[in-house]
Amino acid sequence: MAKNKTEKNWMPRWFYQLASPRWCYDITGKLLPAFSVLALLLLLGGTVWALLFAPADYQQGNSFRIIYIHVPSAILAQSCYMMMALAGAIGLIWKMKVADMVAKACAPLGASLALLALATGAIWGKPTWGSWWVWDARLTSMLILLFLYLGVMALHSAIENDSTAAQSTAVLALVGLVNIPIIKYSVEWWNTLHQPATFKLTEKPAMPAEMWLPLLVMLVGFYCFFAVSLMLRLRHEILRRERRSSWVQALVESR
Amino acid sequence: MSKMATNEPARRRGPSAVGVFRAALKRDLLLAFRSKSDLVNPLIFFLMVATLFPLGVSPEPGFLALLAPGLVWVAALLATLLSMDSLFRADFEDGTLEQALLSPQPLILIVLARVLAHWIMTGLPLTLMAPLLGLMLFLPADGMGGLMLSLLLGTPTLSLIGAIGAALTVGLRKGGVLISLLVLPLYIPVLIFGSGAVQAAVTGLPLAGYLALLGAMLALGVVLAPLAIGAALRISVSG
Repeated sequence: MAKNKTEKNWMPRWFYQLASPRWCYDITGKLLPAFSVLALLLLLGGTVWALLFAPADYQQGNSFRIIYIHVPSAILAQSCYMMMALAGAIGLIWKMKVADMVAKACAPLGASLALLALATGAIWGKPTWGSWWVWDARLTSMLILLFLYLGVMALHSAIENDSTAAQSTAVLALVGLVNIPIIKYSVEWWNTLHQPATFKLTEKPAMPAEMWLPLLVMLVGFYCFFAVSLMLRLRHEILRRERRSSWVQALVESR
Repeated sequence: MSKMATNEPARRRGPSAVGVFRAALKRDLLLAFRSKSDLVNPLIFFLMVATLFPLGVSPEPGFLALLAPGLVWVAALLATLLSMDSLFRADFEDGTLEQALLSPQPLILIVLARVLAHWIMTGLPLTLMAPLLGLMLFLPADGMGGLMLSLLLGTPTLSLIGAIGAALTVGLRKGGVLISLLVLPLYIPVLIFGSGAVQAAVTGLPLAGYLALLGAMLALGVVLAPLAIGAALRISVSG
């Protein structure tokens, strides 16, 4: 008992409270409006700034402006995988139902972000490189990341039992997490072997502040948008999984 | 016969780790040799896939020689993948797997023995057969050594990674396609360095770097994969 108490001291209280689906539903309900407004403002402001006020690139002209969608979605697709694996690990270790739900909600979001990054990359590649697809290291590792997401989703949908599905996908996500750096470096090496230094475009150029400030705004906006859609999915999942509990039934009846 | 072999380590009190591993390996090998079709099928598949490429792409020797390192590696990878689905299935269906999970012996050893047996029955024959495919695809003679060495080091890693997928899908009715979806992205580094080694051997570049990386991946796989396989088996069987 005493040991339990010391553990509670170094783990913040809200961490344990998050384990309760009901508490989590309430707190996300309170956070949701703030994050929605923030996401809307940042994304709108960032888009207007990026499209109208940021200077055009001296080589690529206006076509470079797709960077303001491409880079945030690519960064977010990667951090979403980290979050999914982390939530899966928490679910495995502490048997937290909410963590399982977060991991489940992350997978389709991450897959769509990876797809968005690939699609915008292709659209950007056409005018700049002259082809829709190049077997460049970064493009390829993003494609593999998309495959990893699809595998996690396929496994989740193949298992009927919710908690077994959550545990299995958590193991898969963790295996993927160990593999991501290996895949990333092997793909980079493979690329440099076959076509040494064709495109240095993917490396961040020294951009002037007028260019990267809107990018930063868009990035933060993307994170807020991600938080909003994650919370929406999470709340939906909580209601679905807890549909037999009395508080959900009371909630539904009060509507 | 097979049942006796399974129960043997559990009956004695505290057999050594080596004893458990040896007993599990012996049982798995015995079972594998009893069903010869499972042993031969991946090899036939390996041969057939290699036959498809000249028919589908071009029978021209120079062109095939250029593609051969990648083709042999992709064919070996697919043949390994195909054999993965049945890795734990029979044991799951007749309850042996549950006994293994319940037994006081470390699951990691039993799992490792299972994977090693699988590799002896699939990866090793594939490696030995690879020069034949190399000849069919006009791989230059200089590349043969690199091909066999890279397959020798790479196929155990393929077996280890594939076993994670097999363990995750063992309880499911539609395992076959799902396993490939889970495992194929994880196979990519092995494929890159494996075919890279063969290419280096063909062009006369030093192989050691590629082989060292394949060996590093194998070492990492031997250490980490059994943990994931064990966890996945426990989840699949209890769920």
